[in-house]
Amino acid sequence: MLSVKGLRANVGENEILKGLDLEVGPGEVHAIMGPNGSGKSTLAHVLSGREGYEVTAGSVTFEGQDLLALEPEERAQRGLFLAFQYPVELPGVNNTYFLKAALNSVRKSRGEDELDAVSFLRLIKEKLKILHLDDSLLKRSVNAGFSGGEKKRNEIFQMALLEPKLAILDETDSGLDIDALRVVADGVNALRSPERSMIVVTHYQRLLDYIEPDHVHVLAKGRIIRSGGKELALELEEKGYGWVVEEERAA
Amino acid sequence: MTSTQAVDDIVRSEYEHGFVTEIESDTFPPGLDEGVVRAISARKREPEFMTEWRLKAYRHWLTMAPPHWAAVDYPPIDFNAISYFSAPKRPEDAPKSLDEIDPALLETYEKLGIPIEEQKALAGIAVDAVFDSVSVATTFRAALAEAGVVFCSISEAVHEHPELVKAYLGSVVPHTDNFYAALNSAVFSDGTFVYVPKGVRCPMELSTYFRINARNTGQFERTLIVADEGSYVSYLEGCTAPQRDENQLHAAVVELIALKDAEIKYSTVQNWYPGDAEGRGGIYNFVTKRGDCRGARSKISWTQVETGSAITWKYPSCILRGDDSVGEFYSVAVTKGRQQADTGTKMIHLGRNTRSTIVSKGISAGEGQQTYRGLVRISQRAAGARNHTQCDSLLIGDRCAANTFPYIEVRHPSANLEHEATTSKISEDQLFYCRSRGLTAEDAVSMIVNGFCKEVFNELPMEFAVEAQKLLSISLEGAVG
Ligand SMILES: Nc1ncnc2c1ncn2[C@@H]1O[C@H](COP(=O)(O)OP(=O)(O)OP(=O)(O)O)[C@@H](O)[C@H]1O
Ligand SMILES: [Mg+2]
Repeated sequence: MLSVKGLRANVGENEILKGLDLEVGPGEVHAIMGPNGSGKSTLAHVLSGREGYEVTAGSVTFEGQDLLALEPEERAQRGLFLAFQYPVELPGVNNTYFLKAALNSVRKSRGEDELDAVSFLRLIKEKLKILHLDDSLLKRSVNAGFSGGEKKRNEIFQMALLEPKLAILDETDSGLDIDALRVVADGVNALRSPERSMIVVTHYQRLLDYIEPDHVHVLAKGRIIRSGGKELALELEEKGYGWVVEEERAA
Repeated sequence: MTSTQAVDDIVRSEYEHGFVTEIESDTFPPGLDEGVVRAISARKREPEFMTEWRLKAYRHWLTMAPPHWAAVDYPPIDFNAISYFSAPKRPEDAPKSLDEIDPALLETYEKLGIPIEEQKALAGIAVDAVFDSVSVATTFRAALAEAGVVFCSISEAVHEHPELVKAYLGSVVPHTDNFYAALNSAVFSDGTFVYVPKGVRCPMELSTYFRINARNTGQFERTLIVADEGSYVSYLEGCTAPQRDENQLHAAVVELIALKDAEIKYSTVQNWYPGDAEGRGGIYNFVTKRGDCRGARSKISWTQVETGSAITWKYPSCILRGDDSVGEFYSVAVTKGRQQADTGTKMIHLGRNTRSTIVSKGISAGEGQQTYRGLVRISQRAAGARNHTQCDSLLIGDRCAANTFPYIEVRHPSANLEHEATTSKISEDQLFYCRSRGLTAEDAVSMIVNGFCKEVFNELPMEFAVEAQKLLSISLEGAVG
């Protein structure tokens, strides 16, 4: 599904990703952990096509296609989704209107018809329920004045609506209270399917208790320095990142 | 409601009154002196009082100099190089075909879905337009006549309602007001006159779209709207399709008068040709618009969407003379490419418990330059006056600019004024967020811009609002990326 090979990327003069490899198969859930500033969000941004990053080496293919050659909206239309670490506010842009435009753009590129107003409303009401979100959010501007937790839940709500093939969740758990974490995790689990893959970036084992990953990777200094099963996350939780980084250095 | 002019073309065939058919003679040679002013008046067979009125304005104009305080930049205008009277255009002078028109303009017509014949009319090409709107206009006139509403050209009004013209023309914008108002008073070509009698609620939105004879009102247009006691009227000016005109300078005057308990709602969508990519050939739009809330509890609202012109200089204002009268100004102004706009409003509070609201939304893209200039004056007599001003600028890109100059003069201690101003930019983060959800950068900009303007669009009559939104999206295409 997704194949990242030897990816190097700069921000300005600084090289942030330094030869990163990652293979994600259909239906797999990969957790990426790693110290602050190690490049996790950078990876998410490069994969989703944000400007300001210069890819200097390596390749990314998504379903056999050169992902890096596509515009961000084309990537989204082909089924890539990023749940932002810091969701962006769009004052004045009505949430319902935004969701409808996004959904229709994605549907169009899948060769499906635009949804009429009634079916659309039915659909969003249903998805709202899954995320325990209040109807009133639909009348508000996108993310404007949302609490931190509401913003994060809204990201997963959008994901539920857009039904991507590959979702990247960048620290969706941070800023959530314990109940909200559970709701979000349930929402994510409801979306797990043999066709849908996920990359879950997190600092905490807690999220992975709910969303069980197939693979866990440690990203440090711009590279994946260790990969393992879900037990790796437990080990990290217990011992921190220090030992992995040490072992890597020694090797 | 895409073309004001073409429809009037056909409707004109029905038109029996006035001077239209009598002025088929030539265009005056360029230049302005008393003789020209007299000749204009004579051509229009105006009564003595109008000729004198024009001459007085002309003599005053001679003592004035063009204003330079606005933050706009253009080469000096040679007022002796302008022809002050031109007969309706003859086919041989007009562009012969769409091939002679700026392709960018044609592209916009396409996007707005304007039929080809109408495109030609808008671009100033002589056409034999065939529309089925004649019946609409006829029904429209019948309904107005029944209500007693007078809706005609100002030339007609001079002949048929001289007492109203005498009483009100120049009573809000006197010829001494400013350089362009003086010039307009001396040489105005034509324009619209509306009178709504006491207690009448005008049965429909009035628009020049339906006004017989609105075409070729020329560069010095004059509008006078009088709402008598307890009446209501909503007037729509302009159209969303970009209009071309061979006259570069447009200096219109609009006067509104609301008597006791009357209300006037004046909505404008201005989309004059802004010029080509270098700004060449665009219209200079120097307009004086002012409303007088003359009676107690009267109300005047200005709503404007300004997207066109190379240079715009206009400040629709309200004089709140009657006690408890209300003035409102809702504005969206867009400057892109090389466009410059210096616009805003004045709210002059004279009566007690007068209230005013100003909502100004400025959008700059490309190398657009925009200035908001707003004056709120509370006089010594205006006890309990209140104003709320909200002034927001949105920048798209790094080469455009927006300035805000609020002027406040308060001479009564009980005044209550609130002023809020914001400047924001469409950020890379916002664009990326939208794009990561499958929207193009252009969709994203148009969504954010429409959200930004919502408060103003809400004030527009429904179908005007829909068109204004569409127009804004089209105007800003290519503004990013
Ligand atoms: N636009 C930018 N300009 C300059 N430096 C940047 C930019 N974006 C990222 N960086 C730098 O790149 C490094 C990696 O940042 P990134 O956000 O990818 O880390 P992260 O692993 O997501 O960290 P966290 O766990 O704190 O979210 C950091 O040192 C950061 O300061
Ligand atoms: Mg991060």
